[in-house]
Amino acid sequence: MAAGTYIAWFEEIGLGDREQVGGKGGSLGELTRAGIAVPPGYVLTTAAFERFLAALEEKAPVRAAVTALKSYDLEAITDCSRALRQRIEAAELPREMLEDLTVAHARLVGASAEQPVAVRSSATCEDAQDASFAGLQDTYLWVRGVADTARRVRSCWASLYSVESISYRLTHGFPEERVAMAVVVQRMVDAGTAGVMFTRSPTTGDRSVVTIEAAWGVGSAVVGGEVTPDRWVLGKITGEISTREISDKQIQHVAAPGGGVATVAVSEEQRRIACLSDEELQQLRAMARRVERHYGSAQDIEWAIDRQSGAILLLQSRPETVWSAKEGAPIAKPEQDPLMHLMSVFGTRRCP
Amino acid sequence: MNAESVAFPAPSSLKVLPGTERAQAAYPYYMQFTAADDQRFWFYNSMHFPEPMSAFDMVTAEAAYCALGSSTTRVHCIPTTLGIDYRIINGRVYIGGNAVTDPAEIARRTSEFQQRAFYYYGNWERLYAQWREKMLALIREAQAFPRLELPEFEPLANVHAGRGIAANHQLLDVYQKTLEGYFRMWHHHFEFLLLGYGAYMTFFAFCKKAFPEISDQTIARMVAGIEAEIFRPDEEVRRLARRAVELGVDEEFTEGRAAQAIIAALGTRGAAGRSWLEELAASRDPWFNINVGDGFYHYHRSWNDDLSMPFAGLPGYIARVKAGESLERPIEALQAQRRQLIQDYRELLGSEQERQAYDQMIGLAHRVFPYVEGHKFYCEHWYTNLFFNKIREFGALLAAHGFFAREEDVFQLTHYELEAAIIDLMTSWSNGSPPRGPQYWPQIVAERRAAIAEWAKHSTPPALGPVPEVIDDPAIVMLWGITRESLDSWLRAGSDTASRELRGFAASSGVVEGPACVVKSVEEIGRVRKGDILVCQITNPTWAPIFQKIAGAVSDIGGSMSHAAIVAREFGLPAVVGTGTATSRIKDGQRIRVDGGRGVVTLLT
Repeated sequence: MAAGTYIAWFEEIGLGDREQVGGKGGSLGELTRAGIAVPPGYVLTTAAFERFLAALEEKAPVRAAVTALKSYDLEAITDCSRALRQRIEAAELPREMLEDLTVAHARLVGASAEQPVAVRSSATCEDAQDASFAGLQDTYLWVRGVADTARRVRSCWASLYSVESISYRLTHGFPEERVAMAVVVQRMVDAGTAGVMFTRSPTTGDRSVVTIEAAWGVGSAVVGGEVTPDRWVLGKITGEISTREISDKQIQHVAAPGGGVATVAVSEEQRRIACLSDEELQQLRAMARRVERHYGSAQDIEWAIDRQSGAILLLQSRPETVWSAKEGAPIAKPEQDPLMHLMSVFGTRRCP
Repeated sequence: MNAESVAFPAPSSLKVLPGTERAQAAYPYYMQFTAADDQRFWFYNSMHFPEPMSAFDMVTAEAAYCALGSSTTRVHCIPTTLGIDYRIINGRVYIGGNAVTDPAEIARRTSEFQQRAFYYYGNWERLYAQWREKMLALIREAQAFPRLELPEFEPLANVHAGRGIAANHQLLDVYQKTLEGYFRMWHHHFEFLLLGYGAYMTFFAFCKKAFPEISDQTIARMVAGIEAEIFRPDEEVRRLARRAVELGVDEEFTEGRAAQAIIAALGTRGAAGRSWLEELAASRDPWFNINVGDGFYHYHRSWNDDLSMPFAGLPGYIARVKAGESLERPIEALQAQRRQLIQDYRELLGSEQERQAYDQMIGLAHRVFPYVEGHKFYCEHWYTNLFFNKIREFGALLAAHGFFAREEDVFQLTHYELEAAIIDLMTSWSNGSPPRGPQYWPQIVAERRAAIAEWAKHSTPPALGPVPEVIDDPAIVMLWGITRESLDSWLRAGSDTASRELRGFAASSGVVEGPACVVKSVEEIGRVRKGDILVCQITNPTWAPIFQKIAGAVSDIGGSMSHAAIVAREFGLPAVVGTGTATSRIKDGQRIRVDGGRGVVTLLT
């Protein structure tokens, strides 16, 4: 992608562009280009953020205000956060940026101006070793029209100056001038079912299984722990389904009339039945394998199934960190005489 | 569960069922439980001996454990185990391992093992080729035993030839050779078996460590051979179906028509009928020498003894041939699938070192596993069938002389008693007096038949004696799949009978619902309808022809490497094996669900 552009479409970017499009944007671009079904979208780049920030800094300092804070002075952080967030949310986007956004938005939603989008923050330090930092950023669902999109973009930028984010950076000595945020805007998937999957068992670390957790509606209910999802374990290679746990899924997240999501009760008929068919499970497994192979490492993947088309779409993929960090000595090494392997069965007594 | 209940009943608390004491006493003294046995752990070998054993059939346990123990204890010197002890009560065979626990002794045996077993592994192909020759020679020897005859007078030709040995002596000679051959066959059976399983178990254990959630059946699929002997009998039936269509005689094969009626009809169909019958004869020798059970009981007859099994498969296969299917097993595609599976798991390993170790272990398993798959046809099927049929001939001779009513009654005598009866007959022939047997045996035979019927009505504990803290006897783990976990589930099982679920080995993936067809003997296979779920005690390759009809399979006995599991995977049928109790808990016609990926059978009605 060209340096300095404000808008970058998924098909133009990859992981190498993370400096400009953030971790989430880079990953979605990478997967789009790898042929994985990702809802179409674009990224408002860090260049846009820097341009916006520069306009803001002309009036009063932003980064310097943060750098001046002490990590233990929560009161000062809170005051500063409130002030900065208000400034960011109140400021207009620079005119040429708004024009670019308007053109991009029209291209994304096509003929249906009311087509909702998801606006998701994509920080440049996100997806680093400490995944918890990513959790501090915001996502806005069912956003309609350019004006609201621009507003939610500013909300994402503002979230960079939440009390938690500022405290986190101060505590961890994160250099403020390197903090930037891109924002992902993509077509909203009206999910009939959504969830997460792991290409490595969260419980045993097994690389040969895919664990899938899913519930009705949008995935935020699963990710946020508001519903006990159905759970399956599939052989990654074989597709064998070794675990099927169908839970009582009492609530789901759906589109709220005025934008955003609403929590509603799941109908009596749907509560205790599986929210995925075996065929869908196998499609998800195939997607998990493709994504993992593409990255060459275990992944945590968020996905959704479009209520209308039934298409399975990937929303996000992050490297698995827990088991990868535990990797120890190999469980077996080659033997000079391969027959010596047999002694593990024939020659040793296991201790009770 | 409190601490005291974590033990199985002591052997001494297990009583011989009232009225069957004399039948129990017929088994030799060395198979009877004694007070000292209370200190040891025993388990019921329901895998090989799921039904009460008749007096004669005990010879299989004797010969097999004699040979198994020789191999593990004295020939290959497995470091951590000696052989298997066995006892019988109420017709049920209990066995116990003989572990080696002293580290110094393990070290001494380890050095012996590496000089012996490693030599076998190192020279596997040559020794296995030699084994095949030995086994075929043994079979030819048994086939060449003369027919049993007691003519009124010694044939003149024998007299003029100066043979000097009369016909009655030949009975003893043939009997002793028959028995000797059976004991020898079991030595051949175990010559490679533990070593073959050991290589498989080594790879298995590695996979379980590398992939804690991998299913047993996936590992089995990586190791199992594509062109193993066990597929041959069914391939022959498919071939015969193709030939029937090619020869234009296929309309003779209608569902439910008896094999003998079809054969008679083909006899009247001129050259085409004769050609097909010749093809049948070619298939029968040797591939129909396969038993409908696992060959451990005299009543597990072969396809050659009873053609109803292979003929039951023909109409279905013929219909498929006419619908344009080739019925050939896609050998190359299956081999490619296996290679891909091995490759895919290899890629998932965490390091290059692990990949190299994996290659070594799967390489060894592939080299030695054909023996594990191949020996059964020669040993448990072909030879065992010859053996029991020879004993049946003695039964016919003794029945003809009034010792008992039917030839099958001979299997109610122990092999020692049978030798006594034969000598009784020899004596009678020699001295001209009537034999004593006709006064002696009929009531004993009746008593023992009644005892077996009584024993069959009662279940027996899965295990006896104190629960060992850990089961790591490689022979027991390999051949019976028994672990501390399975003991715990047996201990729990007592309180579990009201459950709607049965658990077993997940043998072949997939979920299916349908009516159960509970088949307790091969005579009933005619009842199996398309779409039924077959519920049986044990399946083996001989059942393959009806696998094309059924929607799923459940068995009492078997593990993930059992033939039932292998055949089910080949047919893509959901299957759960080794449930222990399916044929007794599932009613004929009951709707059930089989989840072959999880090893669960659910009773729906």
